[in-house]
Amino acid sequence: MTVREIQEILSAQVICGEEFLDREVFSACGSDMMSDVLAYVKEQAVLLSGLVNPQVVRTAEMMDMQCIVFVRGKYPDDSIIGLARDRDIVLLSTQYPMFASCGMLYEKGLRGGAI
Amino acid sequence: MSLITLHYDVPGDDFTRAGEASGNVKTHLKKLGFNPTVVRNVVIALYEAEINMVIHAGGGEIDVEIDPDQIRMVLTDHGPGIPDVELAMQEGYSTAPDNVRALGFGAGMGLPNIKKYTDDMQIETEIGVGTTMRLRVDVPA
Ligand SMILES: Nc1ncnc2c1ncn2[C@@H]1O[C@H](COP(=O)(O)OP(=O)(O)O)[C@@H](O)[C@H]1O
Ligand SMILES: [Mg+2]
Repeated sequence: MTVREIQEILSAQVICGEEFLDREVFSACGSDMMSDVLAYVKEQAVLLSGLVNPQVVRTAEMMDMQCIVFVRGKYPDDSIIGLARDRDIVLLSTQYPMFASCGMLYEKGLRGGAI
Repeated sequence: MSLITLHYDVPGDDFTRAGEASGNVKTHLKKLGFNPTVVRNVVIALYEAEINMVIHAGGGEIDVEIDPDQIRMVLTDHGPGIPDVELAMQEGYSTAPDNVRALGFGAGMGLPNIKKYTDDMQIETEIGVGTTMRLRVDVPA
């Protein structure tokens, strides 16, 4: 699946990284606990989170993730957007809550990756 | 001789900046051409340790030595120290307050994560004096 398809499925707004929407991504994870992401996630390219702070972008950075989806209409401030821009990470914002967002992506074939 | 040495002062009063040092180390390691697994292991361990330094110890200093065959990290703080290291190492053990948890940390997974992603982890700590953590990640031949 491409980041663009994720954006379409979730009717998401592109906050930054418009130029990277054709990136292929194969798996995702949803969490508000960054330590869990750091502990269990392997090779996931997309992070869905209801949490909005710079550490979400930094966690994605450390994990080589390509895209962050803020769920439930959460929208980051300029400093967070700047961090993501500098790291070539796509930021999306969807109105759907976490459970629905994950479900919609799963239904279209995006998976959680190896456990 | 080390390929490169890096030093960082980590401010203790600004959670939003926690991770700057780890991100910078990542940039160096990538530029030096280390394999992605090594880079990831180093930066995850370092990032958790940097976060701990900010949320539990009021900041501190990080020194990194990068050799072709291993990366060594020393994190020094002058925080409260860790009363029971064995307990602190257990998954889920955390003294982090709710405001830290609301920021996505404080799940008690930091120290276990650091252990998991490094080849060696040594903690020297004294109550009221501070904590020094030494981490090593080996580069597979
Ligand atoms: N640098 C430090 N200084 C003082 N206490 C620490 C430090 N690092 C960790 N700790 C203690 O160890 C506990 C476990 O750490 P960790 O596994 O990273 O979990 P968390 O940071 O989520 O609480 C912390 O809650 C804290 O009590
Ligand atoms: Mg921690």
